[in-house]
Amino acid sequence: MTDRNSFDRRLREARAKQGLDKPQYGQGQLPGGNWGIGFRAGVEVVSALVVGVGLGFLLDRWLGTWPWLFLLFFVVGAAAGVLNVYRLFTPRRGADKS
Amino acid sequence: MAAEGKAIDALGQFELATVLGPIGGAVGFTNSNLFMVIAAGIILALMTYGMRARAVVPGRLQNMAEAAYEFIHGMVTDQVGDEGRRFFPFVFTLFMFVLVGNMLGLFPYAFTFTSHIAVTFGLAAIVFVLITVVALSIHGKKFFGYFFPEGAPLWLAPIIVPVEIVSYLSRPVSLSIRLFANMVAGHVMLKVFATFVVMLAGLGAVGPFLSIMPLALNIALVGFEVLVAFLQAYVFAILTCIYLHDAVHLH
Repeated sequence: MTDRNSFDRRLREARAKQGLDKPQYGQGQLPGGNWGIGFRAGVEVVSALVVGVGLGFLLDRWLGTWPWLFLLFFVVGAAAGVLNVYRLFTPRRGADKS
Repeated sequence: MAAEGKAIDALGQFELATVLGPIGGAVGFTNSNLFMVIAAGIILALMTYGMRARAVVPGRLQNMAEAAYEFIHGMVTDQVGDEGRRFFPFVFTLFMFVLVGNMLGLFPYAFTFTSHIAVTFGLAAIVFVLITVVALSIHGKKFFGYFFPEGAPLWLAPIIVPVEIVSYLSRPVSLSIRLFANMVAGHVMLKVFATFVVMLAGLGAVGPFLSIMPLALNIALVGFEVLVAFLQAYVFAILTCIYLHDAVHLH
């Protein structure tokens, strides 16, 4: 009488051998080749810049300080874009922790 | 139509027009809205028809419905954790709507509603409002600590806080731009190469043979677009999950 667990084990081994188990995309790792990652990084930078510039522009219009807040928030947006890209490449903590 | 006057009209496919005759014109019901309704109808039909049998061994439609359900359920519980289960209906709706919208857009004469920034930004704004409200309701004032990481020197606050706030505000923008740009780029490429087919075919005796090249490319592109359509819906859903994780756990 074979033990029942051996089937699971053999199935796992066979699947691993045939490469049927897809790599796990868990922990917020997104799929994508070089192009996908490059595109994502670009979008992150551009969107942060858009938000920064837009915010600075609106604040300037409200406070009448054109162009100082615009320039300030342009730099802030650029920094936020770099931060976004940095976050993109640092491994995230999983859902189980924290 | 596209090759009119030897000019490539790649952006005409994104133009809105009212449908359903004078009734649609009166209420501003556009082809974009029409395809949103169709997408919602397809999703409803898939879930209700597919699950009607409730067979132990699922048929084709039931299998599809179950696969979609399990896929998103797994994603939500993996990313957000057990607390995330209450967001499952939201993420599932979002994923199916984007996925079916992307896929519908690949059919001839169909309109891709996800190729409009207004639509994708609308969806992303819903996500953004949800994550902010969830974070505020769970953590209250502690949510604002999110913009200043613990342990950073206090004199850096004037630099870090605006950067973090802009980074937080850029989430819906990047979410919507990613989906919108992918769909627009794909459909423009399809249209451009399809126009090449028509243009080259009219080039005398060798034309039809030359036009096979862009045609072959277009066939490959359609396959690629199916992949992109799925992948972008997946990315939209998983980023929503990641943001929900941040909102629930606050890092």
